[in-house]
Amino acid sequence: MNLTLKVWRQKNRSAAGEFATYQARDIIPDMSFLEMLDVVNEEILAQGHEPFAFDSDCREGICGACSLVINGIPHGGNKGVTACQLHMRHFHDGQTITIEPWRASAFPVDRDLITDRTAFDRIIASGGFISAHTGGAPDGNALPVSKPDADKAMDAAACIGCGACVAACKNASAMLFVAAKVSHLGLLPQGQAERYDRVVKMVETMDNEGFGNCTVTGACEAVCPKEISLEFIGRLNRDYLVGSLKK
Amino acid sequence: MNIFQFLFKSSLGRKYIMAVTGAALVVFVIGHMVGNLSFLLGREEINAYGHFLHTKPELLWATRIGLLVMIVLHIWSAIALSAANKAARPVGYAVQKSNGSSYASRTMLMSGLIVFCFIVYHLLHFTVQAPAVNLTGKDFGTLIDSEGRRDIYSMIVLGFSRPAIAIFYMVGVGLLSLHLSHGVSSLFQSLGLRSKGYAPLINCAATVLAVVLIIGYWSIPLSVLTGLKK
Ligand code: FES
Repeated sequence: MNLTLKVWRQKNRSAAGEFATYQARDIIPDMSFLEMLDVVNEEILAQGHEPFAFDSDCREGICGACSLVINGIPHGGNKGVTACQLHMRHFHDGQTITIEPWRASAFPVDRDLITDRTAFDRIIASGGFISAHTGGAPDGNALPVSKPDADKAMDAAACIGCGACVAACKNASAMLFVAAKVSHLGLLPQGQAERYDRVVKMVETMDNEGFGNCTVTGACEAVCPKEISLEFIGRLNRDYLVGSLKK
Repeated sequence: MNIFQFLFKSSLGRKYIMAVTGAALVVFVIGHMVGNLSFLLGREEINAYGHFLHTKPELLWATRIGLLVMIVLHIWSAIALSAANKAARPVGYAVQKSNGSSYASRTMLMSGLIVFCFIVYHLLHFTVQAPAVNLTGKDFGTLIDSEGRRDIYSMIVLGFSRPAIAIFYMVGVGLLSLHLSHGVSSLFQSLGLRSKGYAPLINCAATVLAVVLIIGYWSIPLSVLTGLKK
């Protein structure tokens, strides 16, 4: 396959960026999207130019490092799949592909396609944990958890914190992320003690980081590689209401 | 911190304000439609209905003031939230995709602002009865029926006798319905009352409501335009 890439290039946070055009030649359809980018970068390097920078780590869809808006869709639009797990067979020969970084004031572009997503870390640090000492590994069923709750907590915990929800939302809202993190702890017995304190603190940090507000468009849910449901934002709203009344 | 600080300062609190005021306004919009449909029954029915409302000034003014507060809070929260949303994405994408979001959900601010302009006109037209805006050259305030009551029936017939005005009303109601097709399902979500199981039902109810409002409200100008009511 031969493709034309339009890639966002930006030297640093304060520089103005622009698109640069590259040719991706002899791409094997079974390559992942990131492998294809590696091939193009190697050619750029061989020509003595600076390759474009993009984030990646596990390349198996579990770490949340890869973060590319491909033709206007975070992670490229193959449902439930991260950019690193997207394969070139989903594109066609001769296609032009536009690749942009996540766009949000809370995720400033550090370089080319890499954004600074530490705002998510600060949200987690403000309450996305359980501070009780748990001791050694407890017996499997010492603490009863109902199957529906366990399943739902697991669904929420599938969030890899990639930020595609923020990238897709027209308001750059982080509510799906915060909702997932608040829910996976709030659904389990160990998370109860700090449940309402947690939600209030995490929402406060989310607001201070400059994310937008949910207008229930559902774009976040549609692009989420872990298919986190909009339902969790409903839970977030519910818990926050109770939390604010308790304060 | 007290509850007011949460309500007015936080992102979620502002959404609660938007949802609750929106819900109150939806209830009014439904009641207003049901009351107005008495126009289709005839002159006697709608004039009696209007007369009844005007004999209860406490009720009328409590409703009016309540609605004003709701609208002010609804618009305030919309502006505050939209400003934050704009600031959250200073640089847009070169390739824009809707990513599964509906047209109604993406145009809430615009549809809301146009509906607001429509409401201002509607109040000047039928409530304040400013002669300058009705394009008929008549003063609606002087219309009296045979029993000495305000002749609301004639006012509506006269008011919608100008096709441009009737069409403007239908566009206004159409945009309101578009706004509510998203707003009603969304308000349940903002208040944490929408779970996965109920979401399809709530979405469906919002669509049905939007269609019912269009049919109900459009029937009045259409009955005048087609000459069924004169
Ligand atoms: S690189 Fe880890 S999820 Fe894509």
